[in-house]
Amino acid sequence: MSNGRFILFACLVGVALVAASMFVTNEYYVFAAYFVLQYVVLATAWNILGGYVGYVNFGTTAFLAIGLYSAAALNKWLDLPIPALIPIAGVLCGAVGLVMGYLTIRLRGVYFTIATLALSVVVQTFITNWDYVGGSRGLYVMRPSEVPVFGSYVAYLFFLMTVLAVAAVVTARAIERSTFGFGLAAIRDDETAAAASGVPVLRLKLVAAAISGGLMGMAGAPLPFYLTYVEPTSSFSLAYTVNSVAMPLVGGTTSWIGPVIGAVLLGTMQQAMTVLISSSVNLLVVGLLLVIFVIAAPNGILGLIRSKGGKKPDPETNPLAAMLVTEKRSSQ
Amino acid sequence: MGQFAGLLLDSIVSGVLVGGFYAAMAVGISIAFGMLGISNIAHPALILLGSFIAYVLNSQFGWDPILVGVLATVPFYFLGTLLYSAYEIAFERRGTQLIRGLAFFFGLLFITEVGLQLVFGVDYRLVETPYIGPSYNIGPVSLPVRMLIPFLASVLLLIGLQVFFMRTFTGRAIMAVAQDKFALQLMGAAPVRVKRIAFGLSTATAAMAGAFLIILQPVEPSMGRDYIGRIFAICVLGGIGSLPGTFVAAVIVGVAESITATFYGPSWSPAIAFGFLLIALVVRPAGLFGRA
Repeated sequence: MSNGRFILFACLVGVALVAASMFVTNEYYVFAAYFVLQYVVLATAWNILGGYVGYVNFGTTAFLAIGLYSAAALNKWLDLPIPALIPIAGVLCGAVGLVMGYLTIRLRGVYFTIATLALSVVVQTFITNWDYVGGSRGLYVMRPSEVPVFGSYVAYLFFLMTVLAVAAVVTARAIERSTFGFGLAAIRDDETAAAASGVPVLRLKLVAAAISGGLMGMAGAPLPFYLTYVEPTSSFSLAYTVNSVAMPLVGGTTSWIGPVIGAVLLGTMQQAMTVLISSSVNLLVVGLLLVIFVIAAPNGILGLIRSKGGKKPDPETNPLAAMLVTEKRSSQ
Repeated sequence: MGQFAGLLLDSIVSGVLVGGFYAAMAVGISIAFGMLGISNIAHPALILLGSFIAYVLNSQFGWDPILVGVLATVPFYFLGTLLYSAYEIAFERRGTQLIRGLAFFFGLLFITEVGLQLVFGVDYRLVETPYIGPSYNIGPVSLPVRMLIPFLASVLLLIGLQVFFMRTFTGRAIMAVAQDKFALQLMGAAPVRVKRIAFGLSTATAAMAGAFLIILQPVEPSMGRDYIGRIFAICVLGGIGSLPGTFVAAVIVGVAESITATFYGPSWSPAIAFGFLLIALVVRPAGLFGRA
């Protein structure tokens, strides 16, 4: 499928989702679907850096919260509408991703990972000390009860998140099939070899870090209006990070569809389990699934499907198997 | 002495004491990450597990937390060897430790944290011992015993480990596996076995650090992640795999945090370690005591 056709296809899926949401009478389902779509964006964004380039970001929470709080603050200050807040949050978080990447990604990948993990603590420190957005007391976000065209505000938020999800998936798929994406895959397979073959390694990594961070920030921008009350402890919940890591790894990291599968499966499961059991237990299940999948099914559900359909992956033809072989070689 | 100088001196002393304790928390990472190249980000969660074991045995049977910490090193050692075996089979052998290995430890961190939350709730827990209350005062400087004991115990732990690494065959083999796995094989030592012992040791230190932590302050299950940045900052700053470096870096971070807390307010101190981490990574990734 060409990119143009895929965009058309993705938009149709989006329109179908929004249309379906209009007919749902119980608003809870739209809330739940928003949650799942938000994770489609986060997981896809994570995968652009984690799956395509092989740099693990444990700072999803930080990026999401920067998007969330910048939107809340700008809305309080200038009363900007969400469609204006989303690109601002995206640019801001893209810049944070770029700076983090520039400072740490030049070294071993694991330093980037640790720095992103520490970033959440630092951003939380700043937000807790920032009185304008309520500090640790939190901040109420007022939203109009009615919006034109969509009727309820929840339907409007759902529409915005659908647009973001479609945009994120289309971006990820376009990257995967572009020269840029091949460059990223080359870095993932063997960074030294890629650099030797003329791939501008640092530049590509930084662009990927910026896109990934920017998308996470955009997903955070509508969140204060979804929650109507924001405060640091829940905004910096590790659940966002663990989910955005678990979803691509459970779904499969080498293709755009993997994070989508993971987000839909794990997101729906968590929504169901939050209602049926408790939210702590469902997070425990996500953690367990993450550990089980990385051990038992390292290529996720996609890998399971592929190995069932075909024969044993051959390093000569299968880029995934080739990746495993080169990773093994470089580790020795 | 002016009031400012007194405050400064007091915050430096308490920074040194807390820093010594940070060294006990960081030494496990120094071994696992620095010597073995295993990014065990679940270490802080294991420290919290150690704290809660000390809490349970202290509140149920009145055992001393330090004693519990020392006893718990045995099960923690075996837990560590088990974890390493799983890690080795699932990731190192396949060569996927970079992404999936990290995700594995992250999942472990999360499971431990949520598991502790399910069992103990989100309330702060503390231990009761005679030495938690009192405090010595020398001029403007106060020396709370609850900080003095973890500091001294941490120093002993680090000295013990350093002697082990320098003087024993196994200790030297662990240092060697960090440098050249292949050469170690030629010397007749099995790298996987050596690494398993080292990782067990690294995990065992978490039991003691956990006991020190709960003496120093009340604990709550999700506290561990606040320490991740701090611990790795200390390891990187100290120079990967160097125990004296880890100690010096821990004291530097402890003093910097304590001064910040005294003069700017404690809510800012978590950002300090991150600043150190970034500066260390940008300016000198080899750390203060590392080989460049």
